[in-house]
Formats: sequence, C-alpha cells, structure tokens
Amino acid sequence: MSFLVFLEHHEGDFVKNSLGVLAKAADLGEADAVVIGSGVHELAAKGGDFGARKVWVADDAGLEAPLPQPRVDVLERLVRDHGYDTVLFGQSVLAADVAAGLAARLDAGLNWDLTDLLEQDGTLVGKRPALQDSVLVDVGWKSEPRVALFRSGAFDPTQAGGEAEVEDVEVELQDFSTKATMVEQAHAESEGPSIEDDDVIVAGGRGLGGPEHFKLVEELAQALGGAVAATRAVVDAGWYPYAAQVGQTGKTVSPKLYVAVGISGAIQHKVGMQSSGTVVAINKDGNAPIFEFADLGVVGDLHEILPKLTELVKQRRS
Amino acid sequence: MKIAVCVKHVPEQQAKRIDPATKRLDRSGEGGLNPFDSNAIEEALRVKEATGDGEVVLVSLGPEKALDSMRKGLAMGADRAVLVSDDAAAGSDLVATSLVLAKALEREQADLVLFGQQASDSDGAVLWAAVADRLRLPLVSQAAELTVADGKARVKRQTEFGYDVIEATLPAVVAVSDAINEPRYPSLKGIMGAKKKPQERVGADELGIESAQLGEAGSRTEVIALNDPPARGDTTRIEDDGSASEKIVEFLAERRMV
Repeated sequence: MSFLVFLEHHEGDFVKNSLGVLAKAADLGEADAVVIGSGVHELAAKGGDFGARKVWVADDAGLEAPLPQPRVDVLERLVRDHGYDTVLFGQSVLAADVAAGLAARLDAGLNWDLTDLLEQDGTLVGKRPALQDSVLVDVGWKSEPRVALFRSGAFDPTQAGGEAEVEDVEVELQDFSTKATMVEQAHAESEGPSIEDDDVIVAGGRGLGGPEHFKLVEELAQALGGAVAATRAVVDAGWYPYAAQVGQTGKTVSPKLYVAVGISGAIQHKVGMQSSGTVVAINKDGNAPIFEFADLGVVGDLHEILPKLTELVKQRRS
Repeated sequence: MKIAVCVKHVPEQQAKRIDPATKRLDRSGEGGLNPFDSNAIEEALRVKEATGDGEVVLVSLGPEKALDSMRKGLAMGADRAVLVSDDAAAGSDLVATSLVLAKALEREQADLVLFGQQASDSDGAVLWAAVADRLRLPLVSQAAELTVADGKARVKRQTEFGYDVIEATLPAVVAVSDAINEPRYPSLKGIMGAKKKPQERVGADELGIESAQLGEAGSRTEVIALNDPPARGDTTRIEDDGSASEKIVEFLAERRMV
C-alpha cells in the first residue's frame, strides 16, 4: 500500500483530525503526506514528527484560501505522477469537498464516515457505522486509487519524532478551480467560553423555541457546574454564539455528562458529542434520533422539566 | 435565471433497513423527499423570486416512485422535474451517481445548481463536490446564506472555524445547509397544480451513459459485510408524567454525577 494523507492546517497548525489519519496510515504502511497552502514550508517539515515519510508541499499564493477545488488539482497530479494507491482524509468541511472532487476526477471509489481501516487478505477494508450506528458495515474498494474520508476523532495523532523528506509540488490549477474566491475568511474565535475541557455540558437546540429560553439551559449548566453548548441550527439562527457550537462544523466534545435539551440529534450534531460518557436527552418528539444514543431519554416538555430539574440539582448540591 | 435542484427520494425514517441479500438499503417501502432537499428547493424559489423571473427544475436519479417526492417539490413551487430512472442504476456509488447527475445537468445548462445538506438515508454529504468536478463548475458548500447578483453567487458558509464569505462566478454549484431557511409548506393550490407540471422520465442511455457505468458495475466501492455495531450500554426511556425531573436526578445520583 502507498498512502497519501491530506494534512489540513489552520492558522499555522495542523488540524488534529488529519494528524490522526496520518498516524493510522503510518501504522498500516508507508505514509506520505501533502500540505497545501501559502507560506507552509516550515509547517510541512513538521509532518515527519507525526509519522510522514515524505511531505509534499504545494505552496502558492493561489492556494492560500482553504477552498477545495485547487486542492483537487494538486492531489490529482500527485496521485497520477507518483502512483499512490490510497488517499486518506480526516473529516472536515474542506476535506469532504476535496475527497469527493478527487474521487470524481480520478474515477476512484470514495468511502466516507469511516471509523477504522484495516488490511485484510492483501486489501483494505473500511469500517463504517450506518443507519444511526445500528449496523457496522465493512466497505471496500473495487479499484485503485482508493479514497477514504474518516469520521472526526477516529484516530489519535502520534508524535513519533521522525523526520520527513520535504519536496515541492509544481502547482497548475484548472480554470474552473479559481472561479470561487474567498472574500472574508473565518478565524478561530478566541472570545466566548472554551467548552472542550468541561466535564459537564448542557446543550440547547431548536426545541427551546427561542433565544430567550437559553436561560433555562444556562441555569441548569450552572447548577451542575458545567458549560453551555448549542447546535448549529440555533447558532446559525443567532440564538447563541458560534464558540459554543458542538458538531461537525463546531467543537468536538467528550464530557462525562452531556445533557441535550430540545436537540433532535442530527448527524451534524452527533459527530461532535458521540464520545461523551453519559448522555441525557430531553425532547418532546419521541421519534427524535437523539434518543437512539441517549443513556437516559426523556420524552416531555423541556419548559416544564428544566426549571424543576435545576431546582432539584441545586438542593442536592447545597 | 435557471436553477437546477438535485433531490433524492429516501426511505421513511422509521423503516430504514439494509437488505442482507443485496447489502443495499431496502428501498421497497414507503419513501419521501429527502428532508434536507426541501431547504435547497426553498432557496431556489427564493432566488427565483428575488431575481423576478426564471425557472426551477428538479433533477433526480432514482426509481419510478421518486416522482412522488419530486411532486412535493413541484407543489412547493418548482416548475418542472427530470427523473433519470434506470433499473441498472440501483446500487450506484458516488462515482456512478455523480456521472448520471452531471450528464442530466449538462443537458439543463442551469446558471445555478443547488444541493441540500446531506442525504438522510446514507448520511452522504459529498455528492455536490463530485458533480461540480464533473461539470467543471465552481463549488461552495455549507451555505448558511446565499445571494445571487451580478453573475455571482455570494455565500456565507460555516466551517469548523466560523463563517467564511465566498463568491463564485455563475454557473456554479452551491450546497445549502438546513439552517439557511424554513421551507414553505405546499399550498392546496400548489398541490393541485403539481400534477400538471412537466415531469420527464429519462433513461440513462438517452444521456449517453452505458449500463456498465451504472449500478454496481459502474461503482468503485462495495459493501463487503454487515456486522452488529459495538454494544452500547442499556438505554432507558421515560415519558414525562410530571416526575421526570426527579427521575433524572435519581439517574444522575446513581452515577455520582450530582
């Protein structure tokens, strides 16, 4: 197997997810990596530390914005010129678009949402939980190259302390790849609470009914000594700040206790909290997918339940 | 302004199962429009309304009964539906599906191609990027806001790091999030009128696609085996009868969490 791993980066650091995928690839065989951006040479050299044998660098002003299509151009060329048989990505908004674009470009198979990859009888098999994780599917590829996209947090990075050979890639972009341009790029938000390290999180979703009801969530969080989180739907609606968002495009958290209030449990949210210890869900819709992965599911009106719950917790703790 | 919206007919949420024989999702039962696609249809209608004129065409690959789902989109206000239906297409993966959709979209020559956030059955959220690559069109995904003016699509999108603003020249492919709008309910008049709107069925051969490029033959991925997922601890479900708060506290107390 010859692996090529897409090493994603943001503001001068590698994205942890993609480092985890690199560690997995290095475990399975010889793993090369590619770093694409502008002014990324120094960063690229650090790839060896995380298990890359060789790091390709595509460094060009036209690659500064984290847009997918120019990255497909770079990867296509690398795979064609150097014969990689497997290209691996860690889930992100950017990586998903690059992986699928590359699959179409190379007429290659893409398996997504994988939680593991193993070698079996000389070929690769991916593990993919499906249908709300009610079934674990073994997926394969019928041809090479193979493209795989892994679920967030599937693997932990390992700092092996190695050194990688670094080599430049010539950049040649397709016309259509430059027709989408970044007008304003997001920066990591430093304001707002950091919820990643909290042991207890109380999260609110659209079921709260309006921004004014976040007070109920805040009061319960305070009583439990925990932090407040929110779903994408309520963040996009402006009810709560982005810094508190848990999910695919927000924070990934794994507290000991996660209380989901008025949250349906869409996959976008679930991937950000599925490794929590104990999950308690309160929702008035008994069919909400959140109940399929809650340790305690409560079907009822959160406006009735939350104030009483907060009061009882306070009494117990005082 | 011509807007194409790619939509999918998906099995009912409760009835989803994988057929052990074919290792494919069982699509024989009741189904409906992928709920995430109604956000894309709504956004197309809003763009059409904002620009004053234009056409919204729904494009899908699926079985005959996918027309029922497409009629819901027509009832919302879309103008016409094109369904690529071919027995050989069952079991198509990303490579095969994106090829069919790209061919159908090439025929339409739309100014804007919209997708919903994901398919509720396969949890796939990547198809747009493959289709955009095949059409050689610019792509923006995860759109939380979309404005179309001066030959450009301006998109506010959400990523892991906050909000980006991206502009793409038209024609372009945009995938919208489910937070972008609140889809309208079809009116009675809309529902009555939907039946009369043009609904075209196209075979893959009419798009110049050979059957070897479709279904399992045209796919590059395969399902090897179905296994039980790793066991999760017991889950407890209660209906609130007025004592839910006490029960939650008991539950937490047993685990020494309060």
